[in-house]
Amino acid sequence: MTFVQSADASSVPHRAMRMPLVIKVCAGFLVLMALVALLAPLLTPYTYSQQNLLKRLSPPVFMGGDWAYPLGTDNLGRDMLTRLVYGVRTSISIALLGTFIGAAFGTMLGYIASRRRGLVDEAIMMMVDVQAALPAFFVAIACVAFVGNALWVFILLVSLEGWERYTRLVRGLVISEHGKPYVQAMLALGASRWRTDLLHVLPNISAALVVQATITFPWTILLETTLSFLGLGVQPPETSLGQMLGSGRQYLLQAAWIAVIPGLTIFLTTLSMSLFGDWLRDRLDPSMRGR
Amino acid sequence: MLVTLAMRTLRACLTLLICMTLVFIVLRVSGDPATVLLPDDTPPEVQQEYRQQWGLDRPLPEQYLRYIVGLTDGRLGISFAEQRPAGEVVMERLPNTLLLGGCAIAFALLLGLPLGLFAALRHNTAFDRVAMGFAVMGFSLPSFFLAILLILLFSLKLRVLPSAGSDTWAHLVMPVATLGAGLTGKIARFARTSMLEVLGQPYIRAARAKGVFPLRVILTHALPNAAIPILMFLGIEIGLILTGAVVTETIFAWPGLGRVLVTAVGQRDLPVVQAAILLIALIMVLSNLIVDFIHAAMDPRAEILRGRHE
Repeated sequence: MTFVQSADASSVPHRAMRMPLVIKVCAGFLVLMALVALLAPLLTPYTYSQQNLLKRLSPPVFMGGDWAYPLGTDNLGRDMLTRLVYGVRTSISIALLGTFIGAAFGTMLGYIASRRRGLVDEAIMMMVDVQAALPAFFVAIACVAFVGNALWVFILLVSLEGWERYTRLVRGLVISEHGKPYVQAMLALGASRWRTDLLHVLPNISAALVVQATITFPWTILLETTLSFLGLGVQPPETSLGQMLGSGRQYLLQAAWIAVIPGLTIFLTTLSMSLFGDWLRDRLDPSMRGR
Repeated sequence: MLVTLAMRTLRACLTLLICMTLVFIVLRVSGDPATVLLPDDTPPEVQQEYRQQWGLDRPLPEQYLRYIVGLTDGRLGISFAEQRPAGEVVMERLPNTLLLGGCAIAFALLLGLPLGLFAALRHNTAFDRVAMGFAVMGFSLPSFFLAILLILLFSLKLRVLPSAGSDTWAHLVMPVATLGAGLTGKIARFARTSMLEVLGQPYIRAARAKGVFPLRVILTHALPNAAIPILMFLGIEIGLILTGAVVTETIFAWPGLGRVLVTAVGQRDLPVVQAAILLIALIMVLSNLIVDFIHAAMDPRAEILRGRHE
C-alpha cells in the first residue's frame, strides 16, 4: 500500500508495468467503449429512437442483412448499432458517475470514521454493517418501488453499490498511515492535519482506492444493467444496455440478435474490467494478490 | 466466546431494526402511507379509516413505535393485488426460492470446489490457467445474459428443456445453472487461493517431511483448514445468490420470492414489496449470524480474525 515510497517498485517500473497480451486486449476494449460513449452522436447517421417500420426485425450483416443496418434492427425498425452506441453511452456514464459518487461518499465517511473515533466511528461502521447485510440491489428495488425512478435518483441508487468497501478500506488505511513515522514527522514539523492528510496520506492510499474502483466498476455496470433489464432502471425511449436486452427478450425466437448483441457487450465490458483490475491490483497492491 | 456470540446476535438484531427503520423512513418520505399503501381508487372515507386504524394520525415517534411493534407481530399490510395479508403472499413463495438457492449452492460447490482445489494442486500449470479462465468467465457473465443464452440453446434450438415454469425437475436445470454459474467461478477462485495459502503453511511442510501420504496431507491437513475461509465466503455471497435469484426467477417464471418482488414493484403493490424486502433482510442477517456461529465453533481464533478493529 505504500508503493509510492517503496524502492524496489520504482527501480523496475518498466518490468512491473509490462502488460500481457490478454490485458492489452482488455485495455483496448475498454478504451474503445470509452470512445464510443464519448463520440456516440458522431458515429451513426441515425438517432436511437428513429423508427423505420418497413425494416422491422431485419437481421445483422453477418446473418444476411444489408449494410444500411450493420447490426440489424429491432421490433420497431430502429438501428441496432445506433441503439448499441447510445446504450453503451448511457450505461457507461451511469456506471462511471455511480462509481465516482460511491467512492467519494465512502472515502469521506471512512476518513471521518478514522479521524473521529468513538461514537461517530461506531455509527458509521454500523451503517457499513447494515449496507453489507442488505445488498444495494434490494435497497435500489425498494426505493424505485416507493419513490419512483427519475434518472438522478437512479444514479444515486447505483452509487450505493460498494460504498461501504471504500469506508472500511479508507478507515483502516488512514489509521495505519497515521501510525507511520512520516506522518508523525509532518505533524511534528508543524504541518496541519488537513495538509498532511490531503497532500501526503491521500496520495499514499490512492493506489488501494484505484484498485477498489476497478473492482466496484463492473458491479456498478451489472447493477445498472440488471435493474434496467428488469424494467426498473432506465426507461424507454431512453436506452441502456440492460434495457435493450430486457426488451429484446420477447423476440428471442425471431430476432435473437436484439438481446444477444447488448448482452455480449455487457459481458465483454465487465470481463475486460475484471481482468484489467486483477492485473492492476497485482501491480499496485501486492498484499491483495490472488484475492 | 459466548460473549462474542451474544454481541453478534445483538448486532444482528440491531441491523434488522435499522433495516425496518429505513423502510419506515422511505415509506414516510414517499408521501402519506395511506395513499401510498392503498390502491389509487380508494374512497377518502376508507383512507381516513385506515389512517385511524394504523395510527397514522398520531405523532411520528408513536407511529414509529407502532410500526416496529406491528412488524414484529407480523402485521405487514394487505396486498392490493391479491387481497390477502402481504406476509402470507411472500412466505408461501419462500420454499421455492430456498429450493432454487440451495440447488445452486450445491451445484456451485460440487463444480467449483474440485476445480479450485485441483487448480491449487497444479499451481501455474495449463490446467490452473484454463480453470481460472473459466472461473473469471463464470462470474463476469451477467446472469440475465447467461439465462438468455441457455434459453436460446436448450429451449429454442435443441428443444430439450422448458424455458419457464416449475412443474418438473427439468424446470429446475436452467435456473440452477444460471444462478450457480457466477458462484461456481467465485468459489473456484476462492478455494484455489485459500488452498494455496494453506499449502504454504509450515505444518503442511512438516507433514510432508514426516512422510505422510500425499493424499492424506491434503484430505486431513489442508482441506479442513481451507474449508473455514470457504464457508465464510459462502456466507458473504448469500446476498449475491438472492440478487441472482430475483433475475433468474423473473426470466424463468420461477414462482419464488424474487419474482413476487419484481411483480409487486411493477404493480406498485407496496405492502408486498415491503414484506419481501424485510424477509430478504431477515434471511441475510440470519445467514450471516449462522456463519458466525459455525465459524466460532470451527475456529477458536474466530474472535480475533473477525473483529472489526483488527
